[in-house]
Amino acid sequence: MIPAAFDYLAPTSVEDALAALAEHGDDAKIIAGGQSLLPVLRMRLNAPEVLIDLGKIDSLRGIRDDGDAIVIGAMTPHSVVGSDPLVAEHAALISKAVEHLADAQIRHRGTFGGALAHADPAGDLGGPAVALGAQFVIQGAGGTRTVGADDFFVDLFETAIGDDEILTEVRIPKHTGWGARHEKFVRIVHQWPIVAVAATVRVDGGTIAEARIGMANMGSTPVRARAVEEALAGQPATEDAVRAAAERADEGTNPPSDLNGDADYRRHLSRVLTRRAVLAAAGA
Amino acid sequence: MTATVDQVEREIGRDRRRKEDQRLITGRTRWTDNLTLPGMLHLAMVRSPFAHATITSVDTSAAKTAPNVVAVYSGADFGDELGVCINAWPITPDQVAPTHSPMPSDRVAFAGEVVAVVVARSAAEARDAAELVDVEYDVLPAALDLKEAAADTVLAHPDLGTNKSALWVFDSGEAGTGAPVEDAIAKARTDGIVIEREYRQQRLIPAFMEPRSVVVDPTGEQYVMYSATQIPHILRFALAATTGVSESKIRVIAPDVGGGFGGKLQVTPEEWIAWAVGRRLGKPVKYTETRSESLLSAHHGRDQWQKLTLSAEKDGTVTGLKVELLADLGAYVAIVGGGVPVLGAFMFNAIYKFPAYHFSVQTVLTNKTWTDAYRGAGRPEATYAIERLMDELAAEVGVDPIAIREKNWIKHDEFPFTTVAGLEYDSGNYEAATARAKEMIGYDELRAEQMARRASGDKVQLGIGVSTFTEMCGLAPSRVLGTLDYGAGGWEHASVRMLATGKVEVVTGASAHGQGHETAFSQIVADRLGVAFEDVEVLHGDTQVAPKGLDTYGSRSLVVGGEALVKAADKVIEKAKPIAAHLLEASADDLEFANGRFSVRGTDQGMAMAEVALATFAAHNLPDGVEASLDSDATYDPVNFNFPHGTHLCAMEVDTETGELKMRKYVCCDDIGNIINPLIVSGQVHGGLVQGIAQALWEEAVYDDSGTLVSGSFVDYLLPTAADTISFEVDHTTSPSLTNTLGTKGVGEAGTIASTPAVVNAVVDAVRHLGVNDIQMPCTPERVWRAIQDGGSGGATTEAAQPHFDEAEGAGA
Repeated sequence: MIPAAFDYLAPTSVEDALAALAEHGDDAKIIAGGQSLLPVLRMRLNAPEVLIDLGKIDSLRGIRDDGDAIVIGAMTPHSVVGSDPLVAEHAALISKAVEHLADAQIRHRGTFGGALAHADPAGDLGGPAVALGAQFVIQGAGGTRTVGADDFFVDLFETAIGDDEILTEVRIPKHTGWGARHEKFVRIVHQWPIVAVAATVRVDGGTIAEARIGMANMGSTPVRARAVEEALAGQPATEDAVRAAAERADEGTNPPSDLNGDADYRRHLSRVLTRRAVLAAAGA
Repeated sequence: MTATVDQVEREIGRDRRRKEDQRLITGRTRWTDNLTLPGMLHLAMVRSPFAHATITSVDTSAAKTAPNVVAVYSGADFGDELGVCINAWPITPDQVAPTHSPMPSDRVAFAGEVVAVVVARSAAEARDAAELVDVEYDVLPAALDLKEAAADTVLAHPDLGTNKSALWVFDSGEAGTGAPVEDAIAKARTDGIVIEREYRQQRLIPAFMEPRSVVVDPTGEQYVMYSATQIPHILRFALAATTGVSESKIRVIAPDVGGGFGGKLQVTPEEWIAWAVGRRLGKPVKYTETRSESLLSAHHGRDQWQKLTLSAEKDGTVTGLKVELLADLGAYVAIVGGGVPVLGAFMFNAIYKFPAYHFSVQTVLTNKTWTDAYRGAGRPEATYAIERLMDELAAEVGVDPIAIREKNWIKHDEFPFTTVAGLEYDSGNYEAATARAKEMIGYDELRAEQMARRASGDKVQLGIGVSTFTEMCGLAPSRVLGTLDYGAGGWEHASVRMLATGKVEVVTGASAHGQGHETAFSQIVADRLGVAFEDVEVLHGDTQVAPKGLDTYGSRSLVVGGEALVKAADKVIEKAKPIAAHLLEASADDLEFANGRFSVRGTDQGMAMAEVALATFAAHNLPDGVEASLDSDATYDPVNFNFPHGTHLCAMEVDTETGELKMRKYVCCDDIGNIINPLIVSGQVHGGLVQGIAQALWEEAVYDDSGTLVSGSFVDYLLPTAADTISFEVDHTTSPSLTNTLGTKGVGEAGTIASTPAVVNAVVDAVRHLGVNDIQMPCTPERVWRAIQDGGSGGATTEAAQPHFDEAEGAGA
């Protein structure tokens, strides 16, 4: 488990990092927490000539309240996100998903932006990000741009981040007062979910006013269960109503088959887990 | 004196903390990979990506020019000096076995086989250069599926003409130990019950904590091999036997070794390659495998199809058992190899009084990683089959699974009992262990809850799994191993050295790799010689320090090695006695030895063992003709195996909507005879349980249809952690073994052997009323869910893994 030799750069500003990226192009890889990249290097699945470490860029770390959104710096470790009171209050779905994310060691090393930029459809944060309508702030030589969650995830391991760009922060629209539940279905606790459903619900007087549901491992990107969201709006927060809506969880999905479960089983799980997540999020 | 004698606290039975743990846990000890010798070179292996292929060329030129590369060799660069990896147990005289070159030059037979080795000044440089070795292959069709391979549809080794290695048969009718089984089955078909099942023992990977590592030092008068092995003595013998080096010129050292579970009961290609390279270059070399290499190429375990026919009377009294196994050897016949299923041959009848029994195993070569011993080796497979069958019989008869066992098991007053497989069980009490286990789990209350959940159609159903296991362990006895054509004996050797200061050095031929021998053996010797626990040093794992031994596996160290120790200690006392008598000016006949002290009967005269040791060292005043040494050796070879048993009960909740399993409670009451150290036993049982539960629920080595190991990392080979298990409740009944003076039985494998069927029985029990009578291992939620849907056992595992680490990795997470 010895990686091939590489040069290591540790810029202290986003501008310097972008300059390094521009200089080295395809020969360079950005490293954040390294929880996915290091195994790739150690197993020699890839051998970049240069690693650009974002760990020395202080401006990429931290969580702040920005009016209608909570802003999470891309290099903020999961452990910080998971214990942050602002996140817990305004984006509880994130807090709950981070609780389920890998193990304590990985939560301390891995970063919020790094995990999302890795864009593993089985990742724990993609579902909550699409459910909450996260906005991804991406910086390049020409300045910054913001991409919505629906456009950010392009395909397996592929995002809207350009080769010459860096994800700097993620804006999570506040969902203050929304109930939240993350249902992660695994065989052993430290594995990627077979299916995970992240649901957040605004209940108004016993009625589900709005619901947002994101799912992991139901396709090549995190996906929203839009059919369920639409079916739930205005419904009573009851077992029967939620069950009926949740039957549509797998509409439009394209789940994989692998040694942990075939596609039809994942579809079934998505329906059951969606029902459970929504009911729990609704406090029913 | 007598007043204080009784107050001396016995070491045996004490919860001693393990004296070796501080150095092991803190890592300050010397693991093989920690060793750095002057001028040492490092090896990296080039491995075949193909399951079966002809090697058409190996181009090492680019690798040879890489920085600090000293040499690059392929199989063609070595002749006979490379030696071969041995099979020490040809189970039949006509066993078909391919020659197992450590580094073949013509053809590879499994993905992961070594085809070239790079030698460099650092491990990193060796690894870098290994990428530059260009091997060309002509891919051949691969024999992968066990049943298809048994039909010889594709040959794993074309020159052998068949994949069928050996057919080993035991028949109670022929052996005279019972009636012919076919008669019993025929009778039951017309007037009784016949249970016919086929069970799959999935392929497992031992997954020891410390990857294998080897250092070869050829610079001294003896060649030294350090290896993370369970078997330094057997390794030394095999090196001498196959590489042309005199045994007296070989020293093998197993430094502290981080786990094995049978996975380091092997002589490996990597050891042989390191040996050959070290000798060729005349310099120390080191090779340490990566975890990926370990999962891919260290031997795997289990992998059987079990076809089972049980006959019984209508009331559930068993009348016959027929076992037909297919066992996947993988690409080569490993050191124990086909002997693993044979170790299970005597255990399918278990604790039950079968009057007729037939066992056969066909071992089969395939183009997968070779298989060999894995914790339990043969007995888990047997126990799984019979304990699953007894549940099926209970369901057929319509009685409680414990009742059907009680009807058929050997009663406690029937010991010693000669079984239909020809073994003599010396002691046991199945009634007592079962009663205690039922009490621990609250059996009747759980059954009531189960009935209530069934009646209400609860989404969460409850199952209670039973496993009343026994096993044979303590390998040994040599004569029995000889009749089975095993290539070695089963004795064990020990030495006790009395030092001048009264301290004691104990040398054992057992080779601990995590078991706690240093602690347990110290307790035995402390009691025997009456010295302090802290004053006993246990030395092992080096053929220069412990020249005789047969190493550690098969739950043998205590019951064989421990007994050798007792006998050596007793010889020390016998040698000390005339010296003490001489110094006390008494007759030896008037001396008694207790609590480390010789006393003259009826007087207050006495002398401590430490004083005798000092006097013997000084040798100023010894009796005439008595040598100036108390040191003693003993080699012990038991006359029988020993037979731990126990009752394991598992309560499992099954979410019928998703197939998710939640273990609620697991209790076991094991009878392992007298216990030396309850804390160590507890560790062995808890760890063993998890390993057996892991087979039931999680672990499986999966290959795709091109012979690539899909579960090639811990992402996909699901090794549980503490977070995945519950806390177990462990208790014991005690029926001392009659085959050793300590009255002990082995415990290293018991938990693993017992727990797998307890768990699967619990899962099936929870959903049996929904039309399910089997779920294939591992019982994944998907298999459980499908079984509930269609009553099937869940089928094969989809042979694909998801990528989580992308080759074109973008921004790292």
